[in-house]
Amino acid sequence: MDQQREHILDIRDLRVQYHTDTGLVKAVEGLNLSLARGETLGLVGETGAGKTTTALAIMQLIASPPGRIAGGSIFFEGEDMLAKSEEEKRHIRGGKIAMIFQDPMTSLNPVLSVQEQIAEMIRLHQKVTDKEALEKARDMLGLVGLRPERGPDYPHQFSGGMKQRVVIAIALACSPRLLIADEPTTALDVTIQAQILELMQQLKQHFNTATILISHDLGVVAQLCDSVAIMYAGRILEKADAKSLYANPQHPYTQGLFNSIPDMTKNVTRLNTIAGLPPDPTELPPGCCFAPRCAHASGACSEGSPRMVEYKPGHFVACSRMNGNGGGALGPAEERGQAHG
Amino acid sequence: MALLQKNSNMYLTLVRLRRNRLAILGLLIMGALILIAIFAPWLAPYDFATQDLISAFETPSWEHPLGTDDFGRDILSRIIYGARVSLQVGVLAVFIAMVSGGTLGAIAGYYGGRIDGVIMRVMDVLLSIPQILLAIAIAAALGPGLLNLTIAVGIAALPTFARVVRGAVLSIVGQEYIEAAHCMGASDAWIIIRHILPNCSAPIIVQSTLRVAQAILAAAALSFLGLGIQPPFPEWGGMLSGARGYVRDYAYMTIFPGLAIMITIMALNFLGDGLRDAMDPKMKR
Amino acid sequence: MTRFLLRRILAMIPVCLGVTFLLFSLLYVTPGDPARLVLGEEATEESLQEFRREHYLDRPLLTRYGLFIYNTVVHQDMGRSYMTRRPVTGEIANTFPVTLNLASGSIVLATVMGLAFGIICAVKQYSIFDNITMVIAMLGISTPLFYLGILLILWFSVQLQWVPSSGFDSLSQRLLPWITLSATSMSIITRMTRSSMLEVIRSDYVRTARAKGQTERVVILKHALRNALIPIITIVGIQFGHLLGGAILTESVFSIPGMGRLAVDAIKARDYPIVQGAVLYIAMAYVVINLLVDLLYAWVDPKLRTQCR
Repeated sequence: MDQQREHILDIRDLRVQYHTDTGLVKAVEGLNLSLARGETLGLVGETGAGKTTTALAIMQLIASPPGRIAGGSIFFEGEDMLAKSEEEKRHIRGGKIAMIFQDPMTSLNPVLSVQEQIAEMIRLHQKVTDKEALEKARDMLGLVGLRPERGPDYPHQFSGGMKQRVVIAIALACSPRLLIADEPTTALDVTIQAQILELMQQLKQHFNTATILISHDLGVVAQLCDSVAIMYAGRILEKADAKSLYANPQHPYTQGLFNSIPDMTKNVTRLNTIAGLPPDPTELPPGCCFAPRCAHASGACSEGSPRMVEYKPGHFVACSRMNGNGGGALGPAEERGQAHG
Repeated sequence: MALLQKNSNMYLTLVRLRRNRLAILGLLIMGALILIAIFAPWLAPYDFATQDLISAFETPSWEHPLGTDDFGRDILSRIIYGARVSLQVGVLAVFIAMVSGGTLGAIAGYYGGRIDGVIMRVMDVLLSIPQILLAIAIAAALGPGLLNLTIAVGIAALPTFARVVRGAVLSIVGQEYIEAAHCMGASDAWIIIRHILPNCSAPIIVQSTLRVAQAILAAAALSFLGLGIQPPFPEWGGMLSGARGYVRDYAYMTIFPGLAIMITIMALNFLGDGLRDAMDPKMKR
Repeated sequence: MTRFLLRRILAMIPVCLGVTFLLFSLLYVTPGDPARLVLGEEATEESLQEFRREHYLDRPLLTRYGLFIYNTVVHQDMGRSYMTRRPVTGEIANTFPVTLNLASGSIVLATVMGLAFGIICAVKQYSIFDNITMVIAMLGISTPLFYLGILLILWFSVQLQWVPSSGFDSLSQRLLPWITLSATSMSIITRMTRSSMLEVIRSDYVRTARAKGQTERVVILKHALRNALIPIITIVGIQFGHLLGGAILTESVFSIPGMGRLAVDAIKARDYPIVQGAVLYIAMAYVVINLLVDLLYAWVDPKLRTQCR
């Protein structure tokens, strides 16, 4: 397919499961998602929606046991990650796909100097001498706004925001094609958050890296992202370019998310919330997984998962209410092609 | 009153302990050993001291299930009586160490400052000699005998308890209910006994169980070196020491007493590990 | 760094003074008259008095202690053995290296094997190897070392006749004592390494290392192990101390002419100068080991290193 060539990432029907004491957790269940070169996608959802699991699946870092990829495929630059050898995966990890983890306090190794941690990445993926790697590591420190002389220092000598800059420097050290940032600002103070977001914005332009920004914060996503995917209980419920989604959210869950953002212009005593709780991942409801909490749910919602429908060009919704005025009942192949359009 | 309040906590601990199969095994073995020690005169087929030189060095048989030693004494009977000695020494020594070391540790942790400094420096000095050497020196100073052996082993284990209790007390002393007790005019001793010690019982109990194992080992080692219980009284370490001269020809004489020590220590370790996991899954050695 | 070292070496002095004073007090209250033991039952009262005067046994505790410290520090003289009449320093010079060799050989064996087994167990948690190793480690912790020593003699010296059962001169003679003395520590280090590695392996920075595309071997040995080492070093230090104590028993089982046996024999014979010298040396070794452990810490843990500067 042509689309595969222009897509840097194409995830199809991905299913990831964890075996736990309480049962089989279906963390990701039938996820379809694609990303164009240079695109910045915001992946939005509540805690436990499967965002981090999706990221780890792309990196092929699902801890096994207890986790395993139960089905589907992940095409990166047209090649299926699942079919690759461990050796090939290692060259892609870090070199072509890099990841920024949520908590900068714990994601740096406390016993290695920060320049060593950056240089390690460079040595792994580029043919350089130790000296060149260290030099380049210090350059990277400069690029993320830290003084290069601080290279020999250890993580405990840096603040949280500075550590996250180091983490970003590690991730971008080999100019990856795809960057996955898993809640990069959640663990930071609000003022530091703004600085880090600004830095990421700059670096995105500098490297032109396709980015998946995982967040539960619609505000952060609005600042940085070209398009947005809303994730719920292991599935994508709605995906569109940022403008269309923010102006015109279609899925009841997305609408609920926007409604629960407090409006500063109005004086309200109670915040809007979405009724109910996310479903138990060991026992997902049949049909639409949001149906139990949905105000618009009808009998049809609990029969079979709703298909992804192109509500308007580039704006996809998985809701049975759309199946009538949208593309109707589409065959799986067509639906998939459209969903990634 | 104090017991009743602890009950809910105790209960939870026991529930968690019951799930740990090895800990239960340890508990069962220890229960059996205690019964054996108590009913030794009825269980042992022979007297532990009766010599019978005609039937010396007999290999295990129906008459003497574990054989006889160089004086013709029945090894099974001696091991059964030996359980009395080992358990007594182990438990009593730990009791001595717990009460004296615990008191010192509680005082050091509660009052802090100079008292803390002096007590803990002395404990550091005690800890900077290998404990077995300290026990040897004390045992030599006190002379042989069951009580002296117990005291020697107990004193050698004292600094560890002082440290454990001090650490536990320090973690509790700053908390608000202690302040509240102060405000109500409670005396220091009352606060320590009524409020602080019950709340640091978990590490003390775990440490005690593991320490009983250490104490039994230390006592056996002292007897092995000839500084503990004197013959003919049966002590497992002493039996090993007496038998090692015959290891080339009568190996069974060494194997069984050693096995007895090993099983006891292993049971106590299983129990101690299980208790530690049950009381606080995060607590580490 | 030099200041840190200097401070630590100065801190050794009160500990050594404390240990020797404690020992003096113990020997002071110990029953049994050395004069009588050395000179025998037939000795005249005069010769007994003469012996006591010569060895300051008639002086009060503090005087004796003061003289011991003065002679040791100023003249490097710790007196002569009551029994052999040879200088204590010479007796210790003959035996201390043996004990040190025994203890260091064992700690090296225990640490290397303990680390290796612990790492494999952690990487292959709940595997057959892990389960078997954990059972053996529990046995190792529960077996008294003098029992293990006798069993090893029984199998390897008496039955298989592979190695001699006593002495400490050749490698084949040293093998069994090293194994005997290291068994308990090896078991403890294995268990500690396993639990410490298991904790570290699940940490975020190990995931970061994997996300860099690092090989599993480097992830374990470079990223995980160096962090896991910090608590393991404490345990190794404590175990070295225990080994010095255990050496006394090992020397007894294998008839090794080391300082532990010297000390035990001297305690039994009330040969005070030897006891004092031996205990002082053991205490110093103990303190030096603690210093080495602290230096190792600083090497592994950059938080401490940056503080020490």
